Amino acid sequence: MSTFGEYVRKRRMELQEGDPRFSLRKVAVAIDVEPSYLSKIERGEQPPPGEQTIRALAKELGEDPDVLLALAGKVSDDLQKIIRKRPRIFAELIRELKDMPEHAVLRLVREVRDGKW
Amino acid sequence: MIELKNDHLAFSFPDVHPGAKLDITFQRTLRIPDDDKTYPLPPGLGAFPLRHVDDFADNVPPGWLEHGGVMLPMYQSEAMWLLFSAGYDPERGVAYPCAVKVATGKIDAVTGRDWSNGLHRGPQDYMVAPKQPWLDGYCVEKGVIRQFVAMPLGAGYTAEEQITGNAEHGGLQVIVYPMKREVFERRFPKVDRLARTRGAMAFDAFCAAPMAAKSEMGLAPGGRMKQEIYDDPFDFADWDLTHSSRCFVHIANSLMWKAITKQTPPNLPPTAAQYTNYGLPWFDYYDDSLKALPGSGILGKLKSVLGIATEKRESPLPENEACNPGHVVKLKAMRIGDQVREGSF
Repeated sequence: MSTFGEYVRKRRMELQEGDPRFSLRKVAVAIDVEPSYLSKIERGEQPPPGEQTIRALAKELGEDPDVLLALAGKVSDDLQKIIRKRPRIFAELIRELKDMPEHAVLRLVREVRDGKW
Repeated sequence: MIELKNDHLAFSFPDVHPGAKLDITFQRTLRIPDDDKTYPLPPGLGAFPLRHVDDFADNVPPGWLEHGGVMLPMYQSEAMWLLFSAGYDPERGVAYPCAVKVATGKIDAVTGRDWSNGLHRGPQDYMVAPKQPWLDGYCVEKGVIRQFVAMPLGAGYTAEEQITGNAEHGGLQVIVYPMKREVFERRFPKVDRLARTRGAMAFDAFCAAPMAAKSEMGLAPGGRMKQEIYDDPFDFADWDLTHSSRCFVHIANSLMWKAITKQTPPNLPPTAAQYTNYGLPWFDYYDDSLKALPGSGILGKLKSVLGIATEKRESPLPENEACNPGHVVKLKAMRIGDQVREGSF
């Protein structure tokens, strides 16, 4: 599996072949960082940037922000909030799901919980 | 199991039969006038939004988390009815029968007795879907219900408070039992393609068919409406009492709903007079193959919201003027291979 920087560089270069707007400098300007900083990220000389920059980069490159965040070893704020609310159940759920085929995960349903009346 | 899908509760019993399913939708509707008249069935104005209480664990009362289930918003004095849609089995051309018990504040809406799990006859404390397509209120007389109307829990109006003297539970409770698989397959053998088509068509045609001081709501008996609660047409032993799913439906007033969910509830429905003056249809439903249950003596003694308000010198029902529904659409129960619906305008 490629690193965050390798993945971003590969994707950006593919896009640049068909459209000069995806040059290193123009993408860096679009996501509001210095070109030299983006270059170091792509070469793995800097760790991945923060969530907001990754989201901006995902939007610019047409990538799924959750995928880029995962490659960067991060979990988005909204998912963290959901997990923090019920950490045990979500930890169990994710472990249970890790070996399930994708179609089975997609079919996963959520039951209405019954409690004590 | 119960899933929350697009603002309805989807009950299913895959261990019993793949077709053993029942959807329950909580329909917004206009409040019929609370006077001496008996009104036809009002329309459905769309589903109330439904949410898991667990998704708002930080904001809901602790008791709601203990109960589990779902929640919906209602304005004070807003009305509701329940739509039952049973799962259709195309091979047999019928919908899978389920027994449904409904309570408000843990008072059974058919018998007026305290909530208990299980089904009972003598008196029958449940309804049978799809024979019973909907429930609009408390079964107070044979062929007459009093409409479900939301009132603040603790103000003395709800059926629960009138019967028990306590404002303890509020909300609405539902439990569903499927028919036993072997009974379903014996009673409803597979049918040929032609009959299936007609059955499916029949089913489709049938389907076409001010802020409170207190935040948590209960349901209270409102105006009188013509609606029969049907006697179970099957044998009591036909029900699979080993499989059931139940759900507590909490009711928040609009301010509480906004505070919990940060979302705005639907707009207030039109009044009965406004609706009628626009010439929009009311409904009448009949199934001459079924017997109606007698009304509950307990529920028959309940005072309506207006009755209590008059005693308390309060006026919780704005826009309660009488109306004369002139446009009543008659709906006949579906029957496979038979005429299923007729309109009289």
